[in-house]
Amino acid sequence: MNANVKYRVAKSKFVQGLIFFFAFIITVPLILIIIYIFKEGITKINWAFLTQIPKPVGEAGGGIVNALVGSIMIVLVASIIAIPIGILCGIYLSENKTGRLSYWARLSVDVLQGVPSIVIGIVVYFWVVKPIGTFSALSGSVALAIMMLPILIRSTEETLKLIPFSLKEAGLALGLPYHKVILKVVVPCGISGILSGVMLSIARIAGETAPLLFTAFGNPYLNTNLARPMQSLPLMIFNYATSPYDEWHNMAWGAALILLFTVLLLNIITKLTTRRWNVQL
Amino acid sequence: MDDQKLKIKAKNSYGMIRAESIFKRSLIGVGIAMVVLVAGLMVTLIIESLPSMKNLGIKYLWGRTWDPVNNVYGALPFLIGTLLTSFLALIISIPFSFAIAIYLGEYNPKGWLSNFLKNTVELIAAVPSVIYGFWGLLVLVPLVRSLEMKVGVLPYGIGIFTASLILAVMIIPYAASLGREMIRLVPSQLKEGAYSLGATRYEVIKNVVIPYTKSGLFAGILLSLGRALGETMAVTMVIGNTSMIPDSIFGPGNTMASVIANEFTEADHTLYLSALIELGLVLFIVTVIINMIGKRIIQRFTNE
Repeated sequence: MNANVKYRVAKSKFVQGLIFFFAFIITVPLILIIIYIFKEGITKINWAFLTQIPKPVGEAGGGIVNALVGSIMIVLVASIIAIPIGILCGIYLSENKTGRLSYWARLSVDVLQGVPSIVIGIVVYFWVVKPIGTFSALSGSVALAIMMLPILIRSTEETLKLIPFSLKEAGLALGLPYHKVILKVVVPCGISGILSGVMLSIARIAGETAPLLFTAFGNPYLNTNLARPMQSLPLMIFNYATSPYDEWHNMAWGAALILLFTVLLLNIITKLTTRRWNVQL
Repeated sequence: MDDQKLKIKAKNSYGMIRAESIFKRSLIGVGIAMVVLVAGLMVTLIIESLPSMKNLGIKYLWGRTWDPVNNVYGALPFLIGTLLTSFLALIISIPFSFAIAIYLGEYNPKGWLSNFLKNTVELIAAVPSVIYGFWGLLVLVPLVRSLEMKVGVLPYGIGIFTASLILAVMIIPYAASLGREMIRLVPSQLKEGAYSLGATRYEVIKNVVIPYTKSGLFAGILLSLGRALGETMAVTMVIGNTSMIPDSIFGPGNTMASVIANEFTEADHTLYLSALIELGLVLFIVTVIINMIGKRIIQRFTNE
């Protein structure tokens, strides 16, 4: 080998090393965050932490049951609102690939996917909070439901696109009406893809804070009334983390651990179930 | 008897037809609802920001002071803050996201190591932003503060630089995963041709892969930028929240999203509230345009 070739090979090796280094260094922050939150959070979690409401500053103990219950309720209601609409819209878009309405609907989904979550919070404030006259868990659910829609619609559409057309033809040839072909043949074939979209969208919104700031608002007490303000885990972490009190920081670490592991677990489960489908989300 | 059966049959098929038309109509209804929803978002933002548009006019956008107590509203500090944090984060994130894209797309598309990296990148996108903010506030801020003391600038710790660091980590997955998809679309004949002419791996990447995927990589950067502009919680927690024009990248500032998050529930009169909503409108329009351009580029690229 002459010097020039050696130089080129060495340069290629050097760049390869550089790319490997830059690519894998990204695992460092994630691992650091997970380890740090685990270390700080695991000591705070005990039975009282999960079953009591927060105590005033200065008193020891207290828990985050209001945030846990609130998070579950808000996400549950958001799912009830968003899942039927999202799946139906996904079916519509996969069934109508061309046409004016489907063009505009697809464009709207694209737009919605890019809208910053805080803007959705503002709009829902004017749609729900202002007419009712009070911050409420329901308005938080509406905001989160709007955020779920694009993910649900995209995953349903992409999954149903993969279903062979011959299945649908077979159903129609047997004389099944259109809605039965869709609901009893096409959707069941793609159900695991659709379900993983559902889980992914729940994982995405479970940690959302910004749209809840002006809607669910937060509440230091346990509340199960959807028409009243309600605490949620991300809101609580935000409020406690930015407070000057160490005890509140400690509670926020515990809450952060619960939130982080719930979200990561949902993502990993989704990953394992989508492997078969290879859907791009 | 036969008559009875026929009647039932007719009733059943009538029910079927009705169910079918209800189903079709509800599909169309949901499609319309999506369009109405997005149009409604925009209309609401415009209507609610009308008072500020009328009172403050276009000069609102480059007014230098934001002083709600004296009813003076200028959005320039937040525009500068948003642009500074987003572009700084973009610059920090680009080497990493391109390295990941090239590694996963070109060097090592299969195998457990690349799977590990791919899943890590996806989990980075999954971590809630409030957790990044919390971690940044209690771990990264002290680190940045000691760095600032060494460099010799005012050691705030919180500020635009810290926010950019966190944002950079948060936006890496978007450009990286898109870049990977694009790099995998490069036809292998092109690469093989270059190899057969004696090119090294680096030369193939530099002269074949990157020129071929240029527009796709650019679209990935745009989508990352769209994320960075709209990101709220992590930035709000570490940026310092002052309504002054930031004097250096180490100083505290505010972005459009963070000022809305901080002041929306405190806004006590119409003009204040509507000035904040106008910020939201600007944010909405900018992110939508950036996302649309990015998506168009991807569409054109993948259809070729």
